[in-house]
Amino acid sequence: MSDSHPVDFKSYLQRCIFIFVGVLCAIGLMIYISYLPPHYSWAFKVALILCVASINAFLVAGFLMHLLSEKKLIYTLLVFTVFFFVGLMGLTLYAMQDFPMGTMMH
Amino acid sequence: MEIPYTVKPRPDTGIYNAKVGIWLFLASEVMLFGGLFSAYVLLRVGADEGYWPHGWLDVRLGTLNTVLLALSAITTLLAWVACKVGQFGRFKFFHACTIVLALTFLGVKMYEYHDKWIHYEIKLKDGRFADGHMIASDDTSVTIEGRYVTDEKALYDLRSQGPIPRDEIKISRSDILSMENYGPWHNTFLALYFTLTGLHALHILGGTLVIGYLWGPGSRMWKKDPERFTNRIEVSGLFWHFVDLVWIFLFPVLYLT
Repeated sequence: MSDSHPVDFKSYLQRCIFIFVGVLCAIGLMIYISYLPPHYSWAFKVALILCVASINAFLVAGFLMHLLSEKKLIYTLLVFTVFFFVGLMGLTLYAMQDFPMGTMMH
Repeated sequence: MEIPYTVKPRPDTGIYNAKVGIWLFLASEVMLFGGLFSAYVLLRVGADEGYWPHGWLDVRLGTLNTVLLALSAITTLLAWVACKVGQFGRFKFFHACTIVLALTFLGVKMYEYHDKWIHYEIKLKDGRFADGHMIASDDTSVTIEGRYVTDEKALYDLRSQGPIPRDEIKISRSDILSMENYGPWHNTFLALYFTLTGLHALHILGGTLVIGYLWGPGSRMWKKDPERFTNRIEVSGLFWHFVDLVWIFLFPVLYLT
């Protein structure tokens, strides 16, 4: 949340309503995609749902957490976080075909 | 000795210290949940064909909780804005809303956990499975509300089967080979479900306690140092938004895919 701008309650309330409606739309869209007929592949549905979830997350982080107008230090910190997070997920995908023999998968 | 930069921004960073602190904490939280998400991805993609559950969780309840958290994120922000413009009464109202929404979220989560706790998969000696919610149990028999299946795979994909029959079934204990409830030990999906949502629920509980303190006894600071109090509300709000962000990904991953 930014503290460098003058605050007006009414404009914030309007912004909040706009974001809440956006979040509701995103939730509805994700549910709709998950119930698409079976001829859409599972991977396609998951990719689409995660895209919508990312947009939803952007609304929350960008507007409610004021990340769109934050200080440089916060961005620097987040760049490091994203770097390590991507590394973590990258290593996970890299290890995808590397299960030990006899692993129970269900 | 007075703690420096609790209200005014540090000249070199441009922000007050608590804000740097909460962002560092949130960065570590990203890695904590990231590790669990990566475990989910690894186990989900590596699961045997047909053995990953679909439709085990109630999408309606998941949606309700998603809306509750989104709404609480809004009320948290409005509570901070109310502090910024000096409207303490509004702050009290919006923060009370956040607490009520958070407790409702936890209530729904507890209901979901209880539903899994009383849900049993019973393997019978004739090779069939009985699956359903426990109604009664004694030394000689078990009564569930559910159905019989012959193929174990039918227990995994509930989405493609339409409405699941829920008949009252009484089973003699002598016919039972094994039985187990849908706890975290039941299979990989439920282990991940309880770990991810349990850790998230603990964050909700922790956040609610902090917000509750700031709403109650902690709000006395408003009278003597309103700027510092507003900063506290901002920092707790940032944590709350992060908890909302985690749920934004947990909901589709666990309930919809």
